[in-house]
Amino acid sequence: MLAVAACHQTGVLDPQGPIGAAEQLLLINSTGIMLVVVVPVIVATLAFAFWYRSSNARASHDPDWAYQGGIEFVVWSIPALVVILLGGVNWIGSHQLDPDQPIAAKAKPLRVDVVALDWKWLFIYPDQGIAAVNQLVVPAGTPVSFRLTSATVMNSFFVPQLGSQIYTMPGMTTRLHLLADNSGDYPGISANFSGDGFSDMRFIVKAEPPANFVAWVAQVRASGSALDDAGYAQLAKPSEAVPPTTYRAVAPQMFDHIVSQTVSDPPNAHASRAWCPPAHAGG
Amino acid sequence: MLGRLSWAAIPFDEPIPLIAAGVVGLVILAVLGWIVMKGWWPYLWREWLTSVDHKRIGVMYVTLALVMLVRGYSDAIMMRSQQAVAIGGARGYLPPSHYDQIFSAHGTIMIFLVAMPFVVGLMNFVVPLQLGVRDVAFPVLNSVSFWLTAAAALLINASLVIGNFARTGWMAYPPLSELTFSPDVGVDYYLWSLQISGIGTLLAGINMVTTILKMRAPGMFYFRMPVFCWTALATNMLIVAAFPILTATFAMLLLDRYLGMHFFTNAGGGNMMMYVNLFWAWGHPEVYILILPAFGVFSEVIATFSGKALFGYRSMVLATLAICVLSFMVWLHHFFTMGAGADVNSFFGIMSMVIAVPTGVKVFNWLFTLFHGRVVFKTPVLWSIGFMVTFVLGGMTGVLLAVPPVDFVLHNSVFLVAHFHNVIIGGVLFGAMAAYNYWFPKAFGFTLDERLGKASFWCWFFGFYFAFMPLYVLGLEGMTRRLEHIADPSWRPLLLVAEFGAILIFFGILFQALQLYVSIRTRESRRDLTGDPWNGRTLEWATSSPPPPYNFAVMPEVRSIDAFWEMKATGRIAPEPRYEAIEVPRNSPTGFIIAFFAVLVGFSLIWRIWWIVILALVAIAIVVLAFGWSENREQEIPGAEIARLERARLGLGPGE
Amino acid sequence: MTVTTIEPVSPDRVRGRGGGGPAPTRIVVAYGFWIFLLSDIIMFSGLFAAYAVLSAETAGGPTGPELFNLKNVFIETACLLVSSYTCGLGILSAERRQRERFLVFATLTFVLGAAFLFIEIREFAGMVGRGASPSRSAFLSAFFTLVGMHGAHVTSGLLWLVYMVAQVIVKGLRPHVRRRLLCFSLFWHALDIIWVGVFTLVYLIGAR
Repeated sequence: MLAVAACHQTGVLDPQGPIGAAEQLLLINSTGIMLVVVVPVIVATLAFAFWYRSSNARASHDPDWAYQGGIEFVVWSIPALVVILLGGVNWIGSHQLDPDQPIAAKAKPLRVDVVALDWKWLFIYPDQGIAAVNQLVVPAGTPVSFRLTSATVMNSFFVPQLGSQIYTMPGMTTRLHLLADNSGDYPGISANFSGDGFSDMRFIVKAEPPANFVAWVAQVRASGSALDDAGYAQLAKPSEAVPPTTYRAVAPQMFDHIVSQTVSDPPNAHASRAWCPPAHAGG
Repeated sequence: MLGRLSWAAIPFDEPIPLIAAGVVGLVILAVLGWIVMKGWWPYLWREWLTSVDHKRIGVMYVTLALVMLVRGYSDAIMMRSQQAVAIGGARGYLPPSHYDQIFSAHGTIMIFLVAMPFVVGLMNFVVPLQLGVRDVAFPVLNSVSFWLTAAAALLINASLVIGNFARTGWMAYPPLSELTFSPDVGVDYYLWSLQISGIGTLLAGINMVTTILKMRAPGMFYFRMPVFCWTALATNMLIVAAFPILTATFAMLLLDRYLGMHFFTNAGGGNMMMYVNLFWAWGHPEVYILILPAFGVFSEVIATFSGKALFGYRSMVLATLAICVLSFMVWLHHFFTMGAGADVNSFFGIMSMVIAVPTGVKVFNWLFTLFHGRVVFKTPVLWSIGFMVTFVLGGMTGVLLAVPPVDFVLHNSVFLVAHFHNVIIGGVLFGAMAAYNYWFPKAFGFTLDERLGKASFWCWFFGFYFAFMPLYVLGLEGMTRRLEHIADPSWRPLLLVAEFGAILIFFGILFQALQLYVSIRTRESRRDLTGDPWNGRTLEWATSSPPPPYNFAVMPEVRSIDAFWEMKATGRIAPEPRYEAIEVPRNSPTGFIIAFFAVLVGFSLIWRIWWIVILALVAIAIVVLAFGWSENREQEIPGAEIARLERARLGLGPGE
Repeated sequence: MTVTTIEPVSPDRVRGRGGGGPAPTRIVVAYGFWIFLLSDIIMFSGLFAAYAVLSAETAGGPTGPELFNLKNVFIETACLLVSSYTCGLGILSAERRQRERFLVFATLTFVLGAAFLFIEIREFAGMVGRGASPSRSAFLSAFFTLVGMHGAHVTSGLLWLVYMVAQVIVKGLRPHVRRRLLCFSLFWHALDIIWVGVFTLVYLIGAR
């Protein structure tokens, strides 16, 4: 099985940015630390069971041997030491790789606002004033600073090769920082089940050389439609396997609007809310 | 008149559930017809349906679990098959609306109606026997608990043909499970079934805690209780402390759905993450509710078949209680990706790792129980060794997932799916099967076939590895769970391997069924006449197999940890005791009738048929009031009758 | 193939505490009921947690200080606390086999409990009348559910009390009736404990 993984590496095992790489290292290190105990335990289990089989006349037998202080001490110490070690790794790793933590880099971070919809991803570039659906174009080597929310049920924004996923939750904003080292196309998914169209709630991250990114922004601004409130209401209706599209302009403050509208909606009106999908087909 | 119920609720357009339900219906009808034809109905009613004997109730619990295991497995093989074919451009044979119900039902059924009834049934059967007492604290309540669980099973299966089940996953996270996004009856089936079974489980927990703390044979101090009783105590304390949280959480979701409240809605100030927190405040202790009794089983099995006392009894007890307490302090690790911040995440991550310490201690203690032992490789031992090997792997991936940054890339992936199947199959199911083979002769008076039992073990064992090791790899490759179709064609080979594993598990189940059949056919040659087929250590082996209704003709006196072992070793065997009259609880149809009306209440709540709800609730109230008025709930078996039964069992002539 | 039976226990060891064999029924029943009450309190703790999280989520609707009338709540609380006292006196009378005294105190307990319930229902009706219904906001959902759940418990307590009085009248103060009365009193006192929590968290803190 591991051989299969080795010859075909994608996803988490093929990180393309510092966050993903650090997380892969943490994964490998933690596994290594634990294997030091786990492998001997498995071997000892099989060996003890085999050697002390009832048919083995050479094995010693001591039916009353049920306690030995020294062994008890060791037995509590081994897992405790492993956990102390791993706990340290855990504490340091959690703080270094907190999704809220900006990535140190020379380039100024690109800001992207992410909205999970039924069943597609809306990416708003507040500084560029453009938006895209199901495709996220970013400059390689530049940190991307995400704000994320959901205008529908909970989803999870995840680009396996770049690292950390994070929930997108209605009425709440989460933060995430990622960076792609090299140009390339990296698949992204929703990693939290969100209904019938969930399997196709995929998007593509295109990391481009910075110059190409600038060109892409210019090209988006020059073509297509603008995302206004009416267009958003249309977009927010449930749809599946939506092809990537772009919007040349986007209404200002749209992300904050989406977050706050979801919270302070008048009660008893949730079903009629513009971007809340009508009840899914009943059974 | 019939609320939302109409012919449209029957999914005529979906042949799979309809045919499945048709087959199940025919089987049920055939079995019922057989019972009526053979004239077994009075026997069944008298000896089983109205029985309040903890042993009978335990057997019924386990039977329910085994039947529901088949249902849960059918869901599993359908999912694996869908994922094995719906790759690339292909869409497989299940549309999302159906596939989503299947994985939701699979999780719900396996947790609440397979694992739970199995462990509750085991505890019911074994604990009073091990404690050397005659029944649980509240025998009629025990029957109510079981029948409520059975009622929930019936309701969930009704969703196959009448309406549909939830399409939200087994956790039913809002807002997906709110009326806005799930307007049909699926989530209502989920919620009402689990509320009914939850009440049953809670009552069972209260019953068992009271039994263990207040009813033990003379001389059985806390530190002389068998380890299985300790784990049962810990588990039932967890049930009492955790299930009410689930009840309250589901009640809030129900209020949202039925009365338009705003606990977890997007609108009106609701907070969906509160559901997630509360759900896992129950959900993580639930994991230990399932695994602790399995730990108890392995402790009994390994000690018995090594012919040795359990190594490190006190540290086993300490480890059990540590797990019991710690299990309430780790719930946030189910959603590190909520973005709670590094301090919170690493606190919960480290707490989760700390649980690995007492768990590791248990593994080492089992290891040293084998050491200097004489290991007899009966079927329960195979399950136990298989568990030790498999569970440490599952534990390792669990600790891995407790590192928040690692969880950030593996959360909700099939790696996670592989992890929890690794501990639930490798831990709970292996434990349940070890227990089934170990205590079967006690329950029925004859042993199970060894060859078929071992065949079943090997199929399950390798089936598990083939089914779930590929998922670990796929999870690392970025495959998330609950995909109805899969975009990346390079995942096909591993998904086919997983499918093969699931088929192997089918043979495991088949051999189990065959083992039962063959063993019943050849039962005369495999009778356990001694009551002690394995050279056991604890008190359940001190009485006959199956035990008489009163369990022990004379209350045993306990003088050490392995009470029966000590009795055998010191030859503390009375020539013939003076038998005295014993009070045993009278049979009662209360549980069965309450559950019958509970099904009506649940079903009509789901379909909003209010008049039936009211009538059925009134009926339940009348039954409860009638029971509350009754007095003579016990009957006395005279001493002479007990002497006769005991002399017959011991093969002595009619005395005096 | 040794056939074993078990030595009888000397009768003086059968009853008693700890290792001395199963406890008497009275103890087992009260103990089991206590554990049930603990689980009930945990269920309430879930609702308390929900209220604590949602108490500020008024969604533009009425807030606690606008809705709560502390004077009513004080009277309500007094009724419930005094009813617990009379309930206790009733149980003591029952233990002393003073049937008439028990009936007097049971009646008092019922009247006070019913008064509590009446005030609560009036409060609820008034709030709904002012548009502050449970579906108005998350705060009100949590409020009505928490306080209403306590009210539902009081209601079932009152029904139970009536049922117990009927048992006392028909059967007299026999041991199993006294056992059930003991459980009832535990239940009634537990409702007081929960109410102290409701009173503090919902009304005292919420009215500010």
